[in-house]
Amino acid sequence: MDKKYVPRITSFLCKWCSYTGADLAGTSRLQYPTAIIPIKVMCSSRVDPVFILRAFLKGSDGVLLGGCHPGDCHYETGNYHTRRRFAIVKTVFESLGLEAERIRLSWISASEGPKFARVANEFTETIIAMGENPVKKKIFL
Amino acid sequence: MSRITLESKPSDGVRELLRHLLDKGKVSAVLAPRRLDDEGSLDLGFITDRSELDSIDPFAPVMIANTAQVLSMITPSSSKIAVVLKPCELRGFVERVKREQGTLDNILTISCTCGGVFPLQKAVDGITGGMTANYYSDLSSEKIHAEIRETCKACEHFIPINSDVTVSLVGEKDLDENCQIYLNSKSASELLEGLGGEIDKKEYDPAISAGLMKKRLAEKERLFNSVFPGKGGIDAVIEIFGKCVGCHGCSRVCPICYCVSCDFESMNFDSDIAYYEKELSQKGALRLPPDTMLFHIGRMIHMSFSCVGCGLCSDVCPADIPVASVFKRTGDKTASIFDYIPGRDLEEAIPVMVFKEEEFSRFVDE
Repeated sequence: MDKKYVPRITSFLCKWCSYTGADLAGTSRLQYPTAIIPIKVMCSSRVDPVFILRAFLKGSDGVLLGGCHPGDCHYETGNYHTRRRFAIVKTVFESLGLEAERIRLSWISASEGPKFARVANEFTETIIAMGENPVKKKIFL
Repeated sequence: MSRITLESKPSDGVRELLRHLLDKGKVSAVLAPRRLDDEGSLDLGFITDRSELDSIDPFAPVMIANTAQVLSMITPSSSKIAVVLKPCELRGFVERVKREQGTLDNILTISCTCGGVFPLQKAVDGITGGMTANYYSDLSSEKIHAEIRETCKACEHFIPINSDVTVSLVGEKDLDENCQIYLNSKSASELLEGLGGEIDKKEYDPAISAGLMKKRLAEKERLFNSVFPGKGGIDAVIEIFGKCVGCHGCSRVCPICYCVSCDFESMNFDSDIAYYEKELSQKGALRLPPDTMLFHIGRMIHMSFSCVGCGLCSDVCPADIPVASVFKRTGDKTASIFDYIPGRDLEEAIPVMVFKEEEFSRFVDE
């Protein structure tokens, strides 16, 4: 594979925690890969699990979902629901033999700029190691 | 919690029971499968006229329509209704009630230990072509009938959960002149007082049908292991659902898919020509209409944990996709992470509606 291969990781980040955490990573001048394509959502629970599936089927190499730590949700319980829905998506992926490692849920608070950078780097490395999403080449979806 | 034994065929016994309920004014109407002619045509009859009861075929091994969906249309009812339905239809309705699509109030549910049903396509031949005789002898000897649907062969929930009245068929040796009716609720006992027959205090004992349970569980494992070509993966998913013609009939008949404005019927996922052109320039070819996999896997994510495995989706599929087998296989896994059995208990909340503060940490990268 080309050494310069940069995957595309669609990232749904909650406005109150993870997106702000990403902002902090930026203002703190921390490096994280350009593979991360951030999409700001009001809450991680705004992400219908089908969004994750759609990003995957449309050829994202990875899908990252970022939310507040349990107990810290701006809307009190949104992230608990996210966690259950995400568990369902993961289980469906696993049961169908799809590459469940390509989707990831992380709790990143607004003050965790370094953590955001770490998760972004780690996840990008995982995805690079896995290679391109094979779904990208499929026509009959 | 008692048992009534009648000296008749179970189907005659249930007709007698329904006649008793209507005659005594204990229910105002009956909803049950009904024979339309000798050729095997059936429908779901909603009956108040006692003379119509003769056409009722309570245990016809066919699923004509999903009774769970029909019940949503006729509840809440102002007066009591007796409903004859299959165990999976009852579980499907319990799931619907959880979603506020009906109520079990004023409903008397009559179900049976179920031997499975024929595929809709074969149903007419099955009933008229002599396969039914075989069907009832297989019930007695706890065999899996060779012609019933794949999903039925692999169904382990053939003993009704939460039914008011359970008619025991599986494992009963003398189905020609012996009808065992178990009354599981107080209202059932009250309504069926004076029906006659021998009454004793006995609850349904799963040991009667333990032999079939064993065979069904083995068949379930075989089916789940064989439904996917190879190890699965996107290619296997495409192989299975690639034949889809996009009619969405599977979601239309599904007892769980109740959303009037379904996400997949909406314009949410529509793209304009510019988008297709862009995708074409990358891939060189494109399947239209698009999003077949999105529909099927998406539906699995939305509702598979509540799938009762009724099998109607496979029945109606014009492309012969084993929809029900794939959904039940995945649904078993999604339900099991919540320790959930669809339709088991009305009080049990739908998994996505509740949460615990500490759970599923293995799905989150801390």
